[in-house]
This record gives sequence, C-alpha cells and structure tokens, in this order.
Amino acid sequence: MAFFEAREVGKTFGGLKALSDVSFTVNQGEIFGLIGPNGAGKTTIFNLINQFYPMTTGDILFQGKSLRGMKTHRICHLGIGRTFQVVKPLKRLTVLENVMASAFCRVNTFKEARELALETLEFCNLMSEKDKPAKSLPIASRKRLEITRALATRPELLLLDETAAGLNPAELDEAIELILKMRDRGITIIIIEHLMKVIMTISHRIHCINYGRTIAEGTPGEVANNPEVIEAYLGESYA
Amino acid sequence: MKRNQIINAVLALVFLLFPLAVTSDYYRHLAILALMWVVIGGSWNLLAGYTGQISFGHAIFFGTGAYAAGILADKLGLSAWWGLALGGPAAVLMGLVIGFICFRLRGPYFALATIAAGEICRLIAVNWESMTNGMVGILLIQSFRSKVPYYYLALALAGASLLVFSLVMKSKWGFYFVSIREDQDAAESLGINASLYKNLSLAISAFFTGTAGAFYMNYMAFIDPEVVFSLPYISIMAILVAIIGGVATIWGPAVGAFIMVGIQETFRSAIFGLAPKWVSQSHALVFGLIVIFVILYLANGVVGDWPKIKRLLVRSPKTGDATWLSLKRGKSERPSEG
Amino acid sequence: MTVFLQTLVSGLLIGGIYALIGMGMTLIMGVMGIINLAHGQLMMVAMYITYAAYTFFHLDPYLALFVAMPGLFLLGCAIQKYLLNPLMDVETIIPQNQVLMTVGIAIVLTEIARFIFSSTYLSVRTGYSTKVFFLGGVSFNWPMTIAFLLAVALTVALFWFLLKTDLGRSIRAVAQDKEAAILMGVNSRRITIITYGLGAGLVAAAGCLLIPIFYLFPDIGRPFTTKAFVITILGGMGSTVGAIFGGLTLGIAESLGATYIGMSYKEMVGLIIFLTVLIFLPGGLKRLTKV
Repeated sequence: MAFFEAREVGKTFGGLKALSDVSFTVNQGEIFGLIGPNGAGKTTIFNLINQFYPMTTGDILFQGKSLRGMKTHRICHLGIGRTFQVVKPLKRLTVLENVMASAFCRVNTFKEARELALETLEFCNLMSEKDKPAKSLPIASRKRLEITRALATRPELLLLDETAAGLNPAELDEAIELILKMRDRGITIIIIEHLMKVIMTISHRIHCINYGRTIAEGTPGEVANNPEVIEAYLGESYA
Repeated sequence: MKRNQIINAVLALVFLLFPLAVTSDYYRHLAILALMWVVIGGSWNLLAGYTGQISFGHAIFFGTGAYAAGILADKLGLSAWWGLALGGPAAVLMGLVIGFICFRLRGPYFALATIAAGEICRLIAVNWESMTNGMVGILLIQSFRSKVPYYYLALALAGASLLVFSLVMKSKWGFYFVSIREDQDAAESLGINASLYKNLSLAISAFFTGTAGAFYMNYMAFIDPEVVFSLPYISIMAILVAIIGGVATIWGPAVGAFIMVGIQETFRSAIFGLAPKWVSQSHALVFGLIVIFVILYLANGVVGDWPKIKRLLVRSPKTGDATWLSLKRGKSERPSEG
Repeated sequence: MTVFLQTLVSGLLIGGIYALIGMGMTLIMGVMGIINLAHGQLMMVAMYITYAAYTFFHLDPYLALFVAMPGLFLLGCAIQKYLLNPLMDVETIIPQNQVLMTVGIAIVLTEIARFIFSSTYLSVRTGYSTKVFFLGGVSFNWPMTIAFLLAVALTVALFWFLLKTDLGRSIRAVAQDKEAAILMGVNSRRITIITYGLGAGLVAAAGCLLIPIFYLFPDIGRPFTTKAFVITILGGMGSTVGAIFGGLTLGIAESLGATYIGMSYKEMVGLIIFLTVLIFLPGGLKRLTKV
C-alpha cells in the first residue's frame, strides 16, 4: 500500500477539463515536487486532495483510505495539512491565535492548544511575531505563518503550495531550511513550486504536468532534461 | 486586577438592588426591557460578530420563542412557565431549519435569506389563525402583578447569557467561531467543521433569543406577529444594540442594550414629558436616524471606540489570552479593525 | 380557461412594471454590490410626490413621471454620495454595513412620509382608473395597460442608454470589473452616484405607473422592497435582462397565487420563490438559459 496515491485523477469544470488521468504515488518521508506552467492544474490537484470540490474521475488514496467524498475538515484530521497559494491568514487574530486555532484540531483545552501552538511557533522560528495581528505581517512571515498553522495540525502529509513565491533570497533560504527541518521530523511533503532552484534541490522526485496531463516524472535530473518539460516551460525551440 | 473586580462588584450590586431602590414601575419596565435586549443583542453578536454570519432575521427566534410560550398557554392551557422553558428549544429547532436552508449561502446572500425567512415567519403567524390567532395576537394573564420578579428573571437570563457567551468564546468553540468568520475555507483546511460550528453558534444564539421571546410573552402577556416578528424592531434592533455597544466584544451588546432602550424611550416619552407631544411620534424616525448615524460614525461601537483614557489601564494581553475577550468595560482589546 | 388567461394577462401587465423595479435594483446591485433595502421606500416617495402633484397641481400621474423621476434621481444621487459612498472606506467586522445603512434610510424615508402625510390610506383616482377594454374575452385594465406600455418604453430607453452611450458603458464596465474600469479612467465614485440615482429614477417611474392602482400609505415601501429583491434574485443578480424576466415571472406567479390560492398568501408567494431560488439556483433564471 502506497503512503499516498493519486490514481487516474480527472477534474472537469463545466466544459473545461482541468485534469485528466493524473497518477502518481508518494512514499513516506519523501519530498515530492509538483511542477508545471501556470494553469497546468497543480493547485487543482491540491484542492482535490483537500476535497474542496469533488473529483470527476479517479481516486485519491491516503494510507490506503480513499478520500473520495470526504469533507475537507475530516481530511485534516486524517493527517493531511495544506497551505494556500494565496495565503489565508485569520487576519484579525494574532499569530499565536492563528496557530492555536489549528492546534485545536489535535487537542481540546485552551492550555494544551497554547502549548502546542507555542511549540510549533518555536519550531518554525516565528516566536518573535506571536502577538502581532496576522494582517500586519509582511509576506514572508505570512507564508511562514501559513506553514506553521498547517504544522500545528500535526500532519503526516503536508501540501505546500508555492510557499517560495515572492520571497527574497535570504527569506528563500529560511524557507528551504524550514522545509528540510520538517522532512527531518518525518513529515512527507508534496510541494508545488515555480522556483526551480527550490524544487530541484530539495525534492526526491518530481512530477510535471501541463494542460492537466502528466508529462514527466522522475528524479530532478531526469525531469530537468526531459524535452517535453523543457518545451512546456521554454517553448518548442528549446526542446 | 483588583480595580476590575471592584468595578464588577459594584455593578453587580447595583443591578441586584435596583428594583428595591427604584420603586417606579416605569423605570423598572425600562430596565427589564434593557436586560432583555442584553440577551438578544448578545445572542446576535455571538452568531454575527464572532462567527461572522450576519443574520438579519433574529426576530425569527424571538418570535418563535414568544409564540411557543403563547401557544402552549393559550391552546393547551399550560402554565406560561413551561413556555419559558420551551421557548429556547423551540427557537433552536427553528434555528436548525434556518441554518440548513441558509448556511450554504455566504455574505449578503445569507443576510437576504434571513430577511426573507423572517418575513415568511411573520406572514405565517399572521395567516395561520388557528394556531396563532393571526393579527389578533395572543393575550394571557400575567403570573405576577408586580414587576419585581420579572426583573430578577430578566437579570438572571441576562447574566446567564453573558456567562455562557464568555465561556464559549474562551474555549475551543470560540476559536473556531472566529476562525470561520475570518476565513471559512482556511478554517476547513485546518480541521474545523465549519458547518457544525456555524450551527452550534446558531443554536446557542437561537436558544437565548427564543428564551427572551418566551420571557417577553410572559412579561407583557400580549404578543402579535407585527411585534415579535418585526424586522425593524426586533431584527434590526438586535443588530443596532450589538453595533452601538461594540460587536465582537462580550460587554458591547450589554452596553448597547441600555443605550438603545434609553434613547428609544427618551423619544417615545417625548424626553420624559418635557418636549411637545409630536416628539413622541418621531421615535421611529429617530430609530432610523440612529441606524444611519451609527453605521457612519460609530461602526465599532462604544466599547470598541472607547478612547484610551490614561487612568484606565489597558491590560496587556497575556500570551495566548484570546484578545477578543474584553471582560472589563472600557478596554478596546479586540483585534483592531480597519 | 378564460380565468387562466385573465390571470396571466394581469400578471404580465403588472410584471412589466415590476421589471422596472427589478432593473433599478439590479443596476445598483451590479455596480455597487449592495442590496438596496430602501428600494421600495424610494418608490413610496415617488408615489407621494405624484399624489401631491395630482392633488395640488392636478397633474396627471403619467405626466408626473417627468417630475418624480428626476426628483428621485437627485435624491438617489444624494443618498449614494453622502451616505453610501463614505462607507466604502470603512472596514469593520460587519461587512454588510451598506445593507444596514439602506435599512436606516428606508426607515427614515417611511417616517418622514408618515410625518407629512400621516398613515391614512390615500389614493389617486383618475377618470380612467377603472376603464377596461376587451380583447378576446379577456379584460384589460386601461391604466395597467398604459403603464405596461410605458414600462416597456422606459426599458427600451434604459437599454439604449446602457448599450449606446458612454455613460451607460461606463456603468456596465464598473459592474463587470470595478478595478479594471478605474484603470480605464472611469470615475467609479461618480458612476456609483449616477447608478443609484438611475435605480431610484426607475423605481420612481414604477411608482407613478402603479399609483392609479394601489392605495398609498407610508408602509407601502416594505412589500415592494421585498418584491424588488425577489425579482433581482429570480433574474440573477446583476443581470438587467434577467430582471425583466424576474419581474414578469413574479407578476404572473403572484397573479396565479391570488387567483388559485388566496389573496392573503400573495405576499408569501414571492418570498417562497425567493428562498427557493436563492437555495437552488443562485444564478437566477438566467442561469437556466445559459449553456
């Protein structure tokens, strides 16, 4: 039984086929990269894993359990956490409160939630911001908050959606450091990224999609040299 | 810390001794109304201010509670006190139906749906004459001649509601309510069953509003559809009470209740008899003007916009204390807006 | 069968006027994204103006169109400019500020009317108020028919305005995408003011057209506000064409309800349709016609 498996997943919106026949498996403990040009359907895959909307065809299995028809909040309880491409902080709450809200997924009392939240903030290096209202944070901290929140739900599988976008080089290094730290803790990660530097260096394997279809899968080296991938990103003349 | 406790103790004493010190039935009546609005405003605040579901139809719960009590007494001959106990649960049931229908909608659509639902309830009460006596209304005999027992009942209800609201908001539920308000999708992905918690918030809100309605039935001994299912005088009033006092604060609606009842009565009585008669006719107009004024200038309410006077110490939020909880009047510790 | 046809015809005729109410509200909703709960009350104001014009100046209601429409247009502009636009700058926990504000405006308008005219039921009875003509066994009420035709004319004028004039196009642009419109040089504040005025003017026309038929009293605004947003939802928020269908549908539904169920349930018909549509068809009737 694979740790995580997407099996011939398809999604149609009205007349538009956003995904067709996408299949991949992710092994426990690895960092799995998902790349593809804008609009390829990467975030759609995440939304399907989270069941924000249902799959049209195919199935997604987590630790052998089918996610079909499951409600989003249940999926979180199962152990899948996610961040959003356009970050969604709980604006009028402080950073600490944001993380506490998600900590309540695993604990029930105020005190326990606070402890879990503080511990997670410490891990993610956000302690210094803990009492600031979330809406006052700059983008790098917001992205970090996004990850911290997801982490407080103690996920076994974490979906990271473009957490590197908009960061400067120093912030980028910090972000990568955090991701690797999480991997070391045993968390499996599926990461959507546009920044090749990030995804090529940290992923064990990469899956590339374009126009909703798989075009390549393999190690970073294999995928980078794949002519179809090159064509998708840079155009035919470069393939 | 000690200062807080002294102020709270004094306030509690004032409220407890009020009807003994003030013997005028007129002022007792006003106090009872104000206490009732503390409950209704606070209930609306729980659902709307904290959970973000802006209901324009709270009259549904008030009216359901009132009619539950009234019908039980009028048609089944049960003591009105049964009604008081059952008004809350009746309103909760109604609330769950409303929730089922309306919660799939968001934002202004939800608001519109609650208006429509409220109006439908009113029309049903008007037309279903065999149950509700239609426009004639329900008339009962009061249980007590004196207002004093009603006062203490209202006080107990108000106190209970404030206690429950503050306990809820300090708990996991409170966090979940506010998370849903801020971003329902993010909340879902963090493991929050938005549908469940919206309905929980609604149930608590409906329960207290319904009980207030049942209380009203017992106290006034007369209700009719236009009064208890009124869009402006129950639903909008609830919103105003909360806003003028300060939404998303525990004490805001309490403050707002007294302010609103005070203002309303000032005009209805033509400034307690000091102004010419026509001023009394204008109380509805004043109500409308208050709505406009509050929305324009006082959107954060008295509690929210209370200027930080130097002598009132702002208690710095202990780490992890829900900063939206402001147990002392005058502190604006809610997460700031704007 | 004649009863059915008769019901249909009455429904259609009044539906045409309802369409005016709906279109006004839709424009406001489409452009500003606010639900104008003062819509019916604006109509009430227009009706009182018409009544006053008739009683004191003996001005025929249909001619009063030329007084009430501009009057309400100006009132609408003022309301938007001084009461609604300022709200766009305020951010509070309650996002439905604007809706609440329109409720306040509705109450104020109603009470001012009550102050001036008292709660007495008034009516405007012209010479032709009860005249009918017959077409194939079905009776057509003269004032209703004229009103319907005028409503059609106004609708056509509105569409011409929206489609052919610069101002009209600006309004549609803001309704479709405010940010983009601003980037194209459209003064969105000005547009919102004009749109609210336009919406008010349209509902004023409806008021003039309906006054020979309805009794006038201060609280008449409320049921019409309800009708207005039922129509808007039925037709699909922001769709002016949809509002026409919504208006006609409501008119016919009410008429059928009145004939076959009973007068007192007429008001509920609209609300129940409203809730049903809101739940099952958030896009409104227009969605059904879309591929």
